[in-house]
Amino acid sequence: MDSFGSDFSSGSSSGKMDTGTIMEQVKVQIAVANAQELLQRMTDKCFKKCIGKPGSTLDNSEQKCIAMCMDRYMDAWNTVSRAYNSRLQRERARI
Amino acid sequence: MADFSSRFDMPSASSSDSAEAAELQRLIAVEQQKAQFQAQVHNFTDVCWDKCVDKPSSKLDSRTETCLVSCVERFIDTTLAVTNRFTQMVQKGAH
Repeated sequence: MDSFGSDFSSGSSSGKMDTGTIMEQVKVQIAVANAQELLQRMTDKCFKKCIGKPGSTLDNSEQKCIAMCMDRYMDAWNTVSRAYNSRLQRERARI
Repeated sequence: MADFSSRFDMPSASSSDSAEAAELQRLIAVEQQKAQFQAQVHNFTDVCWDKCVDKPSSKLDSRTETCLVSCVERFIDTTLAVTNRFTQMVQKGAH
């Protein structure tokens, strides 16, 4: 009886996870991956822009530069996102 | 016992199962398309940041914004030009 019940994951009588729960998990995973991608690229760009010769710590100006760079990178990301979206809509309108 | 009775319902359960699976597939395809869009935005932002942003400032000025938009458009144009010409080259090579 117990092993029979444990073959099925959630509490629903059909024994499957419902579509809503699955989709929530899918969306969360995609969002996490997206954020990781953003952070990795942002870090790369801002290191290149802000850190000249690496010292023994990040000094004040470097830290300020990093903060500004992050904001600008996200602004750029949004601009690119809008531009790409517009272009896609324009292309779709042609078809 | 509840599992046992759903086994007897199998014919109707499997048709609603496959309808649910089809719906799930459709929803996942939508999220996949969104994720592909995001991935492209990451790529474009990466390339166009290098082309358009030199010193991170307190705001993205309009010159930089214009550059970013143009960059996206021209990158897409370049992709299309490369694809088209390459297709021609392959077709010519086939003769």
